[in-house]
Amino acid sequence: MTNDPNQADTATAALTARDERWQLRIRGLHKSFGGHHVLRGVDLDLERGKTNIIIGGSGQGKSVLMKHLMGLLKPDSGHIWVDGQDIVPLGDVEMSHLRRKFGMVFQYAALFDSMNVVENIAFPLLERYKMSRDEIMERVRDLLGRLDLAGVSGIEQKFPAELSGGQRKRVGLARALIDRPQILLYDEPTTGLDPVATKNVDEMIRRTADDFGVTSVVISHDMASTFRIGDRVAMLHAGQIIANGTAAEVLKSTRPELREFIEISGLVPSSKGPEVRT
Amino acid sequence: MTAASQSASPNQAPAVEPPPLRARLTAIGDVIGAPLKVVLGYLGDHATMLGQAAAWLFRPPFRLKLFLEQMEFVGVGSLPIIVLVGFFSGAVAAQQAIAALEIFGQERFVGATVGLSLAQELAPVFTALMITARAGSGMATELGSMRITEQIDALTTFAVNPVQYLVTPRIVATVLMMPIMTMVFNIVGLFGAYLYSIYLKDIDLGQFIEMYEYWTDPKDYIIGGVKAIVFGGALALAACYQGFNIRGGAKEVGLATTRAVVAGSVSVLVLDYFLIDAFHILWPAAK
Repeated sequence: MTNDPNQADTATAALTARDERWQLRIRGLHKSFGGHHVLRGVDLDLERGKTNIIIGGSGQGKSVLMKHLMGLLKPDSGHIWVDGQDIVPLGDVEMSHLRRKFGMVFQYAALFDSMNVVENIAFPLLERYKMSRDEIMERVRDLLGRLDLAGVSGIEQKFPAELSGGQRKRVGLARALIDRPQILLYDEPTTGLDPVATKNVDEMIRRTADDFGVTSVVISHDMASTFRIGDRVAMLHAGQIIANGTAAEVLKSTRPELREFIEISGLVPSSKGPEVRT
Repeated sequence: MTAASQSASPNQAPAVEPPPLRARLTAIGDVIGAPLKVVLGYLGDHATMLGQAAAWLFRPPFRLKLFLEQMEFVGVGSLPIIVLVGFFSGAVAAQQAIAALEIFGQERFVGATVGLSLAQELAPVFTALMITARAGSGMATELGSMRITEQIDALTTFAVNPVQYLVTPRIVATVLMMPIMTMVFNIVGLFGAYLYSIYLKDIDLGQFIEMYEYWTDPKDYIIGGVKAIVFGGALALAACYQGFNIRGGAKEVGLATTRAVVAGSVSVLVLDYFLIDAFHILWPAAK
């Protein structure tokens, strides 16, 4: 933070302008629940068109941070700019419009139990637009094909309870993608999956980012997945971002909390490297 | 040991300065105020949810399908249990009425007694309790499961207001279906009373019908209907509130369902008391 008002104005102007590189910018984000201070001044930039991973241990506030990005939670203080627009002061109606830029893939897919696969995937279109049934079905089937679900027998009429964990994730992703979002948020997408399914989901995230050109933001504590798919990696610890950089930079970090995370995961032997910029 | 305590007699209790009046009043206020604050907060939260649900009823988009689905769930789905309970409640009411009226040799009044009891009390209250147990618990479980599996958050991400999508249809459907189900209860209950009285207790059919016709009139059914509407709103609100506001895991869903049934049943009985009073004031002949 600068004390020079001119510098402060310049910094704010830079954040509020649409930036070609950074699609989401977060500054000084604080959030408490009761007496529990979860986010303690988060500063983070998320790169357009890249896969940005936010890692951190359980209870460090990763999911809380993600819910702020989509306006599901309001911060106590701080700012979030999406394409230069500060979303914190937005009301419900403006926020509803802005949410069309986002798609969210929930930890356990959050598919609607009472709807079959087609109804789940088509839900955002049915709620937002007046589209013909044929047009909706065309988009649903296109996504089912692109996400390798078209070959599953009778998939369209299946209900969530009849799907495997991996299939549920794919249907959840299809639902998030159906309205062609610019930003895709994944909340711990590999939690509860076996190693093969985890690798498949990783490939799906990677391929989605490449095929659809979306900015991906992935919350994870799976370090193997993180370095397999991440372009940029940030670590949230004790409510603050303590490391942020490209995957290669973060891998060389000497921050003890990050080193411990990386070494316990078995990705690298214990070693010291240059400090990652924070 | 201090000099002061050494000088005090061992049999003499140390002098304790009484707390100032303000401190005592604050302490009393805390004792009374804390639970009062909880109760008021609880009622306030319910009122807020009811207000939101009512406001969203008049704002587009209007999803008729959701209302019809809930009406089917609350109404058609509850029909078997209402018919079963209604039949036996009517028969039991007739059994008790005849047992009491026999003392005075006035069994012929059984049609009137059961008809009045069903119209004003038994039908709306028992129907509400049955709907609470079946549909209210179902609502709390469904909304609770949706909350813990993030389906409610998912709705928000698609710019769908969860209160409008989930709560409003459930409350409106219950309010609309409760009077209908109460009438079904009345009809089946009277049939149960009729079968018991005529075929098991040899009451004269003509007297049964004549007394029923003479002593009951439409206002009794209007009172029962109004009660049914109020009970429907209360039980559905209690169920939706409990399910919608779950925090935690699967265990919480079970607890919320229990709370929904308890809160729904208690509110039906408490409201019944106040509604009877209100009807007596507004409509003295309602006695």
